[in-house]
Amino acid sequence: MSDEDEIILAELNDDELVQQMHDDLYEGLKEEVVEGVEILLDRGWTPYDVLTKALVAGMTIVGIDFRDGILYVPEVLMAANSMKAGMAVLKPLLAETGAPKVGSMVIGTVKGDIHDIGKNLVSMMMEGAGFEVYDIGINNPVENYLEALEEHKPEILGMSALLTTTMPYMKVVVDTLVEKGMRDDYIILVGGAPLNEEFAENVGADAYCRDAAVAVETAKEWVAKMHNRRASA
Amino acid sequence: MKPNLIIGCGAIAQELVTIIKANGLQENLEVTALPAIWHNTPQKILPGLREKVTAAKASGKYQHIFIGYADCGTGGQLDRYIEDEGLQRIAGDHCYAFYAGQDRFAALFEEELGTFYLTDYLARHFERLIIQGYKLDTNPELLPMMFGHYTKLVYLAQVEDSELDRLARQAAEKLGGLSYERHLTGYGELGDFVREAAEASREL
Repeated sequence: MSDEDEIILAELNDDELVQQMHDDLYEGLKEEVVEGVEILLDRGWTPYDVLTKALVAGMTIVGIDFRDGILYVPEVLMAANSMKAGMAVLKPLLAETGAPKVGSMVIGTVKGDIHDIGKNLVSMMMEGAGFEVYDIGINNPVENYLEALEEHKPEILGMSALLTTTMPYMKVVVDTLVEKGMRDDYIILVGGAPLNEEFAENVGADAYCRDAAVAVETAKEWVAKMHNRRASA
Repeated sequence: MKPNLIIGCGAIAQELVTIIKANGLQENLEVTALPAIWHNTPQKILPGLREKVTAAKASGKYQHIFIGYADCGTGGQLDRYIEDEGLQRIAGDHCYAFYAGQDRFAALFEEELGTFYLTDYLARHFERLIIQGYKLDTNPELLPMMFGHYTKLVYLAQVEDSELDRLARQAAEKLGGLSYERHLTGYGELGDFVREAAEASREL
């Protein structure tokens, strides 16, 4: 690109800048995304608006194109890195300004499985959407889930698996919660490449989330339902 | 008599042809392959395979079609298609499993979760498939995100080849200094699969 073609972010109006930030996120241009975040903050945008309108909205486009086979894992990870860099600027400010908290979630990859790319994307998008996320990492036996649920008392339990050999472990976790009379205390969301809705139903989860954007929407819907149910009880 | 056809992954095409020749099965079996790079994007396998199967059936040249894929990260989608079409595939989740043998692979998997596997093909093409395919050459910051939980590389060798051994060792280094093991497996269950495919054609 020649100097003449170079886009000066600070010279763009707000709408153009947000659009450009979506493009930069899509391309995984971390420095540009951070610069865009700083410009919007300087212009008086609230950290919450920068997060939702510039970063989360941009990452949602990335998620859709990943689902549709237009983008693949490396591109999504580069976009995620850019979003993370932008969020790092916003996080302390969000804490100060008291951004709305939608709910909380314990999330982890099941026992026997070390894959966490999808889980990490879900964690990041959930945080972006205003959830408090407690990520317990990979290779989690049921005890780890129980301990984290006890400690953090979230509305949502998220489980992830990439392997057909490890995904049945989700049922072990759900069955344990049933045995302990804790099942109905949580919304259980599951995800991972080999899963589908039928599997989620069979293991006793509340919903299957095919990607990070769907996970966020599903989480919001179920948390709203849970709050309504509790309010009317 | 019409031959049978194996439609398989490009990553095992050379091995399929070697087994067919070594067993003198050229009259009974033909092989056609789909791109090995789909190892990185398993969502492309089923549409590509469907197209190949449809074309092979329409050609009327073959008695039976066999699928030279394991599950290969398709999460059971491949099996649902194969069942609907009345086809047969080689057993297992990955080529690693049918080369090592299902039980031996399960034991390797149990032994150390964070194990990355290579076959002859993957060792030979590691640079193109893994390093360039996952853009690790231009974006090394992705390495810990993709491979941060791996601790060991196991090279399942189909043939004795010191150059492939060297490449596999080098791959372990490139993935962040993983510990390295080499197991000579030969063609494992792939040999049985090819012979069964050939037998099916003789029976007709």
